[in-house]
Amino acid sequence: MSDASTSPPLLQARGIEKAFPGVRALSGVSFEVRSGEVHALLGENGAGKSTLIKILSGVYQPDSGAILIDGRAARFATPEDAKRAGVATIYQELLLFPELTVAENIFLGHAPRAGGGRIDWRAMRVRAEALLASLEIDDLAADQIVGALSVGNRQRVEILRALSHDARILIMDEPTAALTESDVTRLFDIVRRLKARGVGIVYISHRLDEIFEIADRVTVLRDGAYVGARPVADTTSAELVQMMVGRRIDNLFPKTVVPIGAPVLEARDIVRRPMTKSVSLSVRAGEIVGLAGLVGSGRSEFAQTIFGITPAESGEIRLMGQTVRIDSPESARAKGIAYVPEDRGVQGLVRPMSVLHNFSLAALGALAHAGFIDRGAERRMAEQGVQRFSVKTSSVDEIAGRLSGGNQQKIVLGKWLANNPKLLILDEPTRGIDVGAKAEIHRLMSELAGTGVAILMISSELPEVLGMSDRVLVMREGRLVAEFDRAHATSEAVGSAMMGGEPNLEKAA
Amino acid sequence: MSATAVAGAARARARGLRRFASQEALLAVAVIGLAVVVGFINPRFLAYRNVADILLGNAYIAIAAIGMSMVIISGNIDISVGALIGVLATLSGSIAVAGAPTIVSWAVPVVLGVLVMAAQGAVVAYLRIPAIVVTLGMMSILKGGLISVTGGKWITDLPQGFHLADLNVLGVPMPVVIMIVATALAALWMRYSPSGRAIYATGGDAEAARLCGVNPQRTVVMVFALHGLFAGIATLVYATQLRVIQSTTPSGLELTIITAAVVGGVSILGGVGTVVGATLAAILIAEITSALVFINISPYWTDALRGGLILATVIADIVRRQRRAARGWKK
Repeated sequence: MSDASTSPPLLQARGIEKAFPGVRALSGVSFEVRSGEVHALLGENGAGKSTLIKILSGVYQPDSGAILIDGRAARFATPEDAKRAGVATIYQELLLFPELTVAENIFLGHAPRAGGGRIDWRAMRVRAEALLASLEIDDLAADQIVGALSVGNRQRVEILRALSHDARILIMDEPTAALTESDVTRLFDIVRRLKARGVGIVYISHRLDEIFEIADRVTVLRDGAYVGARPVADTTSAELVQMMVGRRIDNLFPKTVVPIGAPVLEARDIVRRPMTKSVSLSVRAGEIVGLAGLVGSGRSEFAQTIFGITPAESGEIRLMGQTVRIDSPESARAKGIAYVPEDRGVQGLVRPMSVLHNFSLAALGALAHAGFIDRGAERRMAEQGVQRFSVKTSSVDEIAGRLSGGNQQKIVLGKWLANNPKLLILDEPTRGIDVGAKAEIHRLMSELAGTGVAILMISSELPEVLGMSDRVLVMREGRLVAEFDRAHATSEAVGSAMMGGEPNLEKAA
Repeated sequence: MSATAVAGAARARARGLRRFASQEALLAVAVIGLAVVVGFINPRFLAYRNVADILLGNAYIAIAAIGMSMVIISGNIDISVGALIGVLATLSGSIAVAGAPTIVSWAVPVVLGVLVMAAQGAVVAYLRIPAIVVTLGMMSILKGGLISVTGGKWITDLPQGFHLADLNVLGVPMPVVIMIVATALAALWMRYSPSGRAIYATGGDAEAARLCGVNPQRTVVMVFALHGLFAGIATLVYATQLRVIQSTTPSGLELTIITAAVVGGVSILGGVGTVVGATLAAILIAEITSALVFINISPYWTDALRGGLILATVIADIVRRQRRAARGWKK
């Protein structure tokens, strides 16, 4: 690496700025990767990693800033341009055609040609086999149908496709997220081979242990800004966690102190494969319990099990001290549980319908007399909801899909709170909404807790979890791994429990 | 205080304007405007005979378009309805000619219409086969079956009492009465009943609807059954007008019915539209067809015009959506 540092980096990004309507996604981010280096990109959800790699691979254009390849300025107007410059990206969702063979997938769009523009099938096969051999992949044949392959093998096909373009820079977006342990070992083996060939690798992962195993350097992003870069040999996971989450927790999230009552929900050994592996927890009246964890840690799946969307396979659920059986959303609702799902677009709101009709949709049965909806009562209910949740809309007749995200979220909340639940489960209640609406929703949560509602809040935003929760529970890989009361829930402690970095933390101490 | 009052009045006016600019209002203006313009060019267009012809001859299309609107609003489509009306008309006529009581010859198409459509709805909802595939299959079965069974024989000598469409209510011909009553009832039901609301919710976002306690599957079966009911009633109006029932399916009927629904403002993406719009659009299309004759344009242009109308409506719908989406982004 010391000799490489004299020549310019393979890929360099300087002062990248990118804004989307209403959001500042990246501000002044710099990043570089050298030949034969694995450079990890680390950050919380929403830190700007995806935006950065999309800029590096030509999907987005930066508002300002420069990209340099071999020290020369480059402009990627399209992903094609980036590919031609030797940058290949392997996304989390693999972009393969399941009906086609391994060789066809590798050479899609640039198949070797014979005379008259025909595809030279033999040459294609030979070259595919050569690529397979170069990485010593022996359990994959060029003429296998991709749809029948394991996830690990499909990922190898993607890597081969990148190599078939003579990629010199390989961007891998959370490549181990869906892999088994043995596949991870093989992936690392391939990464080391590519490194030895001089390929520069941008490696995105949440898993600190992986970064310490495979990466040479690590760059940390937070809230769209560059925090710092460290050689992996000179850092600790404690330092990295601190860099990722280390922002001050201001008083944006005022959970008021209210008396905590008797347990409303007691869940014991809840199992629902594959994502929920024996989870036990309780939520008391007036209490807000924050459920922290990385994306994919099984938090949403657990919530859906409590709400009966995916009923538990085993375990016990007690509501207000009574053992209950919840096998559908209907039964959960009847027992006083409300669930505000993560994706309000898909799951909570019928966008083409008016605010009025959305408010009443979950309560039509109660509003109808003799087969017809009591329109007066319906309108009163919607107007009260709009007022109570300060939904900003010109009238209740406005189409719900035309309102801003925060106002849509308030409608979803209001709809579920119309029938006075005892337990409220919120999945990412403020994702993608602006600061003002966020504060409003936090105020509502506090107010609800004050009336004795038990609240279980799933959130990927650590400041929100720490600011709003009376207690913080941390889930990782389908299990509860840590519990903190309000006084002991610091961003470092919760963050490292989320990441599974405790052993390294001890080393640092 | 007065400032808010002024703002309130402005909002109310904006709401009024928006309602005025709705698809239904636009269609009503078009229906009347076209009548005035063509009537000016050729006054015979507005003669009682011609107006009656337009309404009587097309009431059954408007009635069938009511059910079609519901199906499309629920996020589905049906292309078997034309063939079904042909089969039911033949059946109804045959029963009447065979000497069965009139009421039986009227009831059979309605009941069968409901059953056939409900069955298709069940296949769509529970086996999760796209409606276009299911109803395309049914269309072929019905068309082929009808020709095979009847050999295309005409049904003549229909009994006097069979002709429901010849009756009047207070001087208004029965087809027009049925069209207006059916449209009004369906519109009220769609707007103010929980089941009607469930149709909009299912078409707008089936998953969100499910979480709110709506059963999307049951809703789809119900929508198809209702569509069958309106198809049955449309058959009655259609068949009892004829002196001779040709036992074939009227060609392109399903397309005319779908056109009426779409031009009436029903979104092809589901979740949006009204049955009143569909009825008005059916009348407008019939009026255009007739108008071509009166202003000496070859009737061969009818299909092209109808196609243009569909495209214009769909493009207008998409543009409206995009503009809405653009506004949403800026907010």
